[in-house]
Amino acid sequence: MTEQTLVREDALISRFPEWVSADDRKGYEGYIVQSEHLIEVATGLRDEFGYDYLTNLTATDYYPDDFMETVYHLFRSTGGPALVMKVRTSREDASVPSLMPVYPGADLQERETWDLLGVRFEGHPDLRRILLWEGFNGHPLRKDWREPFYEEEGKPFKNRWPDGKVYRIEDKNPFNNNLDYPAGFNPETWVPEKDAALYAGVGLIEKPGETTDMKTDQVVVNLGPQHTSTHGVFRMVVRLDGETIKALKPVMGYLHRNHEKIGERNTFLQNMPFTDRLDYFSSMSNNFGYALAVEKLMGIKPPERAEYLRVMMAEFTRICNHMAAVGFFLNDIGAYFTPLLYALEERELILDIFEAVSGSRMMCNYFRFGGVARDLPDGIYEKIRKLVFDRLPRKIDELDLYLTQNEIIRSRGEGLGVLTPQQAISLSVVGPLLRASGVPYDIRRADPYSIYDRFDFDVAVRYHGDVYDRFLIRIDEMRQSVRILQQAVRDLPEGPIQEGKPQYQVRVPAGEAYGRVEGPKGELGFYVVSNGKPNPWRYHVRAPSFINLTALETMAVGNKVADTVAILGSIDIVLGETDR
Amino acid sequence: MKGQDDTTRYDIPPEIEGQVAITTLDKIYNWGRRSSVWPMMFGLACCAIEMICTAASRYDFSRFGMEVMRPSPRQADLMLVSGTVTKKMVVQIVRLYNQMPEPKYVVAMGACASGGGPFKEGYNVVPGVDRYLPVDVYIPGCPPTPQALIHGLITLQKKIDTQSIKNVRWYQKTGTETIPVPILGPDIIDPRQMELIKEYTQNKAAQESTESETPAVEKA
Repeated sequence: MTEQTLVREDALISRFPEWVSADDRKGYEGYIVQSEHLIEVATGLRDEFGYDYLTNLTATDYYPDDFMETVYHLFRSTGGPALVMKVRTSREDASVPSLMPVYPGADLQERETWDLLGVRFEGHPDLRRILLWEGFNGHPLRKDWREPFYEEEGKPFKNRWPDGKVYRIEDKNPFNNNLDYPAGFNPETWVPEKDAALYAGVGLIEKPGETTDMKTDQVVVNLGPQHTSTHGVFRMVVRLDGETIKALKPVMGYLHRNHEKIGERNTFLQNMPFTDRLDYFSSMSNNFGYALAVEKLMGIKPPERAEYLRVMMAEFTRICNHMAAVGFFLNDIGAYFTPLLYALEERELILDIFEAVSGSRMMCNYFRFGGVARDLPDGIYEKIRKLVFDRLPRKIDELDLYLTQNEIIRSRGEGLGVLTPQQAISLSVVGPLLRASGVPYDIRRADPYSIYDRFDFDVAVRYHGDVYDRFLIRIDEMRQSVRILQQAVRDLPEGPIQEGKPQYQVRVPAGEAYGRVEGPKGELGFYVVSNGKPNPWRYHVRAPSFINLTALETMAVGNKVADTVAILGSIDIVLGETDR
Repeated sequence: MKGQDDTTRYDIPPEIEGQVAITTLDKIYNWGRRSSVWPMMFGLACCAIEMICTAASRYDFSRFGMEVMRPSPRQADLMLVSGTVTKKMVVQIVRLYNQMPEPKYVVAMGACASGGGPFKEGYNVVPGVDRYLPVDVYIPGCPPTPQALIHGLITLQKKIDTQSIKNVRWYQKTGTETIPVPILGPDIIDPRQMELIKEYTQNKAAQESTESETPAVEKA
C-alpha cells in the first residue's frame, strides 16, 4: 500500500514538478496544487492517471493562519483509494478556478463551498448561494463567523460542565430569539433579493436552437418547497414550453440545519447522534461513515463481533431504505400508498430490531469509535435469524412479483430520464443511480472497508440508466443485502463489542481523514480535520442525495413536467442530507 | 341521553323513544370537528417519517378520524409542524398557515418544532415554531414515536372538546388576524419587530464607532 502510494506520488510530481508538491504535514495526505494551474493538473489527472471521478469537494478555513484550503477527493471509477488534492488561497480574497470544465459534478459542491465558506470559484457559470439565501450576512463556516446563539468555541460549554450554572441562551439575545443583524442595518429600506438571480438562471429567453415552427409562450413554474412529490422541502424551478421542460434548477436549503457548524463546536462523540439526523431513513450507515473517518484518525479498529454487528445493521438499513424508496417512488408515479404500505410493514419489523439493539426506532446512535454501543439483547438474535432467512427474502420476492411487471411502472419508467455511464461519472453521481447506468461501482467492492471483503455478494448493476432500471436495481440490492446478512448472521462470532474502554471524550490526533461508506443512497463521506483538540476543526459531510441532484437537470430536460416527479423519485433524496 | 330526570322534564312520545338524543350545540359541533381533523400533508424533516409511519398500517391514525391528509392548505385544518423549522422555510410556513381556513390548529411535533431541539444553536434554525405561529399542542421526542404522536393528536381532540362556539376566535366580530410573513434579510426579519431591530442596529453601529475611535484617541 505504502509502496503503491509512493509510486503514485512520484508519477504525479514528476509529471507536474513545478505545480504539484506533496502535502507533508503530519497526518495529512495528498498533494498541494498551485491555484493557477489547477485546471491543467485536473485534466492531467483525469485523462492520464484515470482519476475520472470527483466525489468530494470542500474547503477548510485555517484561521488565524491566513489561508484556506480547497480539498478535492478524486477516485478512479474502476476502484481504488482516493487521491487528495488541495489548493491554497488567502482568506480575504479566496478564489480558485472552477473545476466545472473538467468535472461537471463539481457544480453544486462549488456553490455550497462558496455559500458556506466564501471561496469564489472563477469561471463557475452560476455561482449563487445554495443553502442560504442571497443577502445573508457572511459565510457561516468561516472560523471567525459567529452565530447569534454563539456561546463558546467548543463544547462542553463552561456553563454546563463543570460549573453547571445553566442559563438559556435566548435570555442573552436582545430579541430573545436566534437573531442578529449587522450594525447600521435598516430593515425598513431593505429590499429582499427575492429570486431574481434564480429566475435569470432558468432563463425566460429561449436559447438558440430551441425555437420550433410553432410560436409558443414559455412559463416558469415552481414545484415546492411544499409539494407532496418532493419528499420534503425541496423546490424545483422549471421553464416549460407547453408541458415540456426546457430548463430546471433545483433550489434547496429549506432544511439547512447547520450540521457542519454545530459539528465543529461539538466534541467528536457528540456528533454521532447528529449523523443520525442526516439521512433519517438510514441512521446506522451514517454512523458507520463517521465512525470510520474518526477511527482512521485515531488509528483503531473495532473487534470482530462489533464489525459483524456493524455490517448487519448497515445492511438492514439498506433494506429499510430501499423498501421506503421503492414505496415512495410508486407513490410518486400514481400507485397511491398501497405498495408503500406493504413496504413500510417490512420496515417496521427492521425498526423493531433497531429499537431493541439501540433503544430508538429511527435515531439509533449505535456506533462508537472502536465498537458499538450495546450488544444484542436476549432473544433478538433469533428474531433477526427468522427475518433474514425466512421473511425478508419472501417479501422482497413478493414486491418484485407485484410491481416489476406492473403496467404503470413500466410505461412511466422505461426510457425515462436516461443517464449514460459517461454522464453519470462526470456528474459525480453515486450509488444505485450510478449502478443503474451500467457502472459497477460499489465502495464495498471498489475500496473495501470494514469486513466487506469477506462476504460473497454481487454488485448489482443495470444497463439502461432509466427510471425503471433505478427501480429494479433497488430490488436487486435488497436481495444482495439479504445474502450478506445471511452470511453475517451465520458467522457472527462471540467476543467483546468495544475496543478498549468506552469513552465520552476521545483523543484524536491532529490530521485529516476521509471515511466513506456505500450508504443506501450512495457514497456517504465524512471529511474530518482534527488539530488535536476535543472538537473537530473541520467536519464536512459528502452527502449522496445532495450531489446526485447535480444530474437532475440533465435527466429532466426534454421530458414532460409530470415526469420530473418520477425522475426525482428515482433519485431517492432525503432532505436532511441534501441540506444538512 | 335519556335519564330519569330527563323523562320528567321532556315529554318524549313513545314512537320516537330511543331515537332521539339531546345534547348541546357545542358538543355536537365539537364532536363533528374532532372526528374529522384533516392534517396538511406537509413534512419538514425526520419527524415527517414518523408521521408517515403513524399513518401507515401498524399505527393507523385514521382510527381517530385523521386519515385524510391534504396537500393543499386550503383544505386542511391541522398543521403538523413535523421537523426543524429553518429561517429559510419559516417564510413559507407562515404563508401556508395564513392560507389555511379557520378553524385551524397547529401541532408542534418533536423537539425541533417545539424549541429548536438539537439544532437550536444553528444560525439558520428558528428556535421553536411558536415564535411565529400559535401552537396548540407540543409533542416531545426526537422524533416522537408514533404512539407519542397519536397521544398528541388525542390531546388536540380533547382541546377541541373544550371549545365553545360562543368564544372561539373564528366567530369573533374582529375576525382572525393574518400573521405577517417574515422577510429574508441579512437575518430573518419579523415585520412586527421593525422598531426593535432598528434600535438594535443603530446602537450597535454607535458602539462600533466609539470602539474604533477610542484606540485612535489613545494613539494620538
